[in-house]
Amino acid sequence: MTTIAQPQIRPAGSGLAGTVRHSLALAKRSLIKTMRTPEALIDVTIQPVIFLLLFTYLFGGAIANGDRGGYLQFLLPGMLAQSLAMGGVALGQNLNADIEKGVFDRFRSLPISRAAPLVGAVLADVVRYLSVCVVMLGFGTIMGFRVETGFLPALAAVALSIAFGLCFCWISVWVGMLARTSGAVQGIMFLLVLPLTFGSNVYVPTDTLPGFVQGFVAVNPITPLVTTIRGLLVDGPVAGPLTTTLIWMAGLLAVFVPLALRAYARRA
Amino acid sequence: MCGPCQAGVRAVPGTALRLFGMGTEDLVVRAEGLRKRYGKTQALDGVDLSMRRGTVLGVLGPNGAGKTTAVRVLATLLRPDEGSAFVAGIDVLKNPHAVRRKVGLTGQYASVDEDLTGVQNLVLIGRLLDLSGRDARRRAGELLEWFDLTEAGQRPAKTYSGGMRRRLDLAASLVGHPEVIFLDEPTTGLDPAKREDMWGVVRTQVASGASVLLTTQYLEEADALADEIVVVDHGKVIAHDTPDGLKRRVGGQTLRVRPSDPARLPDVVRLLDAAAAPGTAASLDESAGSRPGAASVPVTGDEVLDKLIPALRADRIEVTELGLHLPSLDEVFHALTARTEAKELV
Repeated sequence: MTTIAQPQIRPAGSGLAGTVRHSLALAKRSLIKTMRTPEALIDVTIQPVIFLLLFTYLFGGAIANGDRGGYLQFLLPGMLAQSLAMGGVALGQNLNADIEKGVFDRFRSLPISRAAPLVGAVLADVVRYLSVCVVMLGFGTIMGFRVETGFLPALAAVALSIAFGLCFCWISVWVGMLARTSGAVQGIMFLLVLPLTFGSNVYVPTDTLPGFVQGFVAVNPITPLVTTIRGLLVDGPVAGPLTTTLIWMAGLLAVFVPLALRAYARRA
Repeated sequence: MCGPCQAGVRAVPGTALRLFGMGTEDLVVRAEGLRKRYGKTQALDGVDLSMRRGTVLGVLGPNGAGKTTAVRVLATLLRPDEGSAFVAGIDVLKNPHAVRRKVGLTGQYASVDEDLTGVQNLVLIGRLLDLSGRDARRRAGELLEWFDLTEAGQRPAKTYSGGMRRRLDLAASLVGHPEVIFLDEPTTGLDPAKREDMWGVVRTQVASGASVLLTTQYLEEADALADEIVVVDHGKVIAHDTPDGLKRRVGGQTLRVRPSDPARLPDVVRLLDAAAAPGTAASLDESAGSRPGAASVPVTGDEVLDKLIPALRADRIEVTELGLHLPSLDEVFHALTARTEAKELV
């Protein structure tokens, strides 16, 4: 039997290089989708600004005895961390919707690594976390926030923020694979993100809290992140909390990447 | 060499069998004893499938019969609980990655990315199949032109009509020149003209050497496209035959006559009664789906025409239709599924 001559498809499909290439192609897909629907960026642009305004001008005076400027210096690094954690929620929702629509069936029927669609989606989220950093620092500056350290530490704070966002969002990816609807993903994720971000040192110094809350704050991964970003942008310790943060990031990846991949493989 | 394929027409049922014998090397899809259970539902209950290279296999069955589950197993999207399957000679369970290089899948629901344009959808698939950027764009252009989507290619797929989405989805499954194409209810929800377009696409693919496994609820579609038909019901294969073979299984031929003057219908019925097979009688065609104004009768063979035609002439009855028909696949399907239901009741 004859077969029609076929254009050569390069054999290198699997392996790390293939996975990276496919993940980047899929990340580009996510970016195109983001560009098409800019309103999907509200949670990483307007929403953090609203929170910043709310907590600085509405609660700030009461929390900091009228010293709003001083409170903004304290609040903004924490709010940056909170916005990153919240910014990851949409990823799980989007992936859940993609699976429901059948788009992922197409990817699963292609000779690409099973991880590529998830890794691609996560990589595209860089844009969202970068947006959080730019908006927070930009709008914060207008409100009177000042970086007291220097350009390089500030750059390091942004890099750490994005890297943390990329690790933390795997929880959202996992939930996105498990939950039945994208609405459920949001519900479950906020149930997790709200206690983690409010039950931390984002809004108030830990020593003002009752003992049992201090215990939670101490083991909360958001706490060392906030402390590190504060150190890098304003002042305070960096080395210790940075180490703890990096350990947390490695831990998040080690636990939630395999969980997410397994849940993805099981979802038929 | 596959003469019919090269000539651009579908293989005559049975010829490939005779030309190549039934060696397993000619079977591009081979599945044995597939079982899959979802909770209490036994979606697949020991399904055996085989499809010869370069042919169309129609998998026919009602909703929930297990058609989609079977396709998902063969396309490596789903692992069966039991059984084995080979596609293009490769073990689906042991080497799914290699199978994915050989197959294209178009699901029941158009799985195009709505936010991406037609071009972007196809280029993405090309890139994921390791085509270079330039080759991926060229292939996307080719397919869009072929599916009459060139103009729409720059628009997001969410602006497409249902038929356009289906075409884009099908185009996406063809980017990698698959050897085996799985089409899961490719024409469900399409209007008749679009359905025929889709049939044309399937025929062209087969003519260029691909093998197509398509599931459908439409008997007409299986009849029009498939070289062989597998009838599935309740997760089991209840028949596997050529369309004609299936029809023959259910019963003999029917002779139908349509007089040009409807007033002569009673005379036609009288003449047909004379030609009827033993124990049968002529009847007016009044069933849903058939145009009224004709009469039919079961007959034993075409020798009845020798008497009927002179008789029609003698009575000066002009006819617009006169022909021998095998029973429609509808009738076959109902006969087959009724048979399994009866068995289950016992």
